[in-house]
Amino acid sequence: MVKPTRVTNGIRALRFAAGEMTQADLAERIGVTRQTVIAIEQGRYSPSLEMAFQIARVFGVGLDDVFSYEPEESK
Amino acid sequence: MSYIEKNTWLFGFIVVVGYAVYLALILTQGVPIEQTDYIVPMLATIGGAIVAGILGGIVLAIATRADRDNRGNPDVRDKEIEHFGERVGNSFVVIGALGALVLAWLEVDHFWIANALYLAFVVSGLTSTMARLGAYRRGF
Repeated sequence: MVKPTRVTNGIRALRFAAGEMTQADLAERIGVTRQTVIAIEQGRYSPSLEMAFQIARVFGVGLDDVFSYEPEESK
Repeated sequence: MSYIEKNTWLFGFIVVVGYAVYLALILTQGVPIEQTDYIVPMLATIGGAIVAGILGGIVLAIATRADRDNRGNPDVRDKEIEHFGERVGNSFVVIGALGALVLAWLEVDHFWIANALYLAFVVSGLTSTMARLGAYRRGF
């Protein structure tokens, strides 16, 4: 499957590091559905900048610690 | 699958069934196609689809209330996917309107003009649904 975004993230690892926070818990805290959290984790949806900041704030880390951008030439 | 995605499936199902019922009603009248009574079946299936959509949405909401998150409300991703689907579907409404305009210029029977428009609405609804489901499944 071709991923529609080159933005990758470490949300799954951050959730486990944050006391095994569930996808539902994270979804509740940023005001989206669990399916949206799943889509973000799997790289099927690029969140808005605002949502990205909300996610980073939930884990108490910077944006770069959650998301990274993979340039085309590195593929 | 979210409640909104299930509702999208329901909408697509209603569009297909509604048009199939309409075709069955006009093709089984046993008269030449342009002499069929198409207005009543068209109104009935459009009205029926609206009622089925409302009732189906209520039944779906009740049946899935235990596992609905975000209180069943669309979130930002759902809204973006909805807008994407509308953009795809609206192009077919424009194509249908242009087709109906050409048919009017050619002074063809009202039957064909009305059916060109109805078909455009159906194709618009279907392509919009497929675009949305594709966005939910493959990414957006």
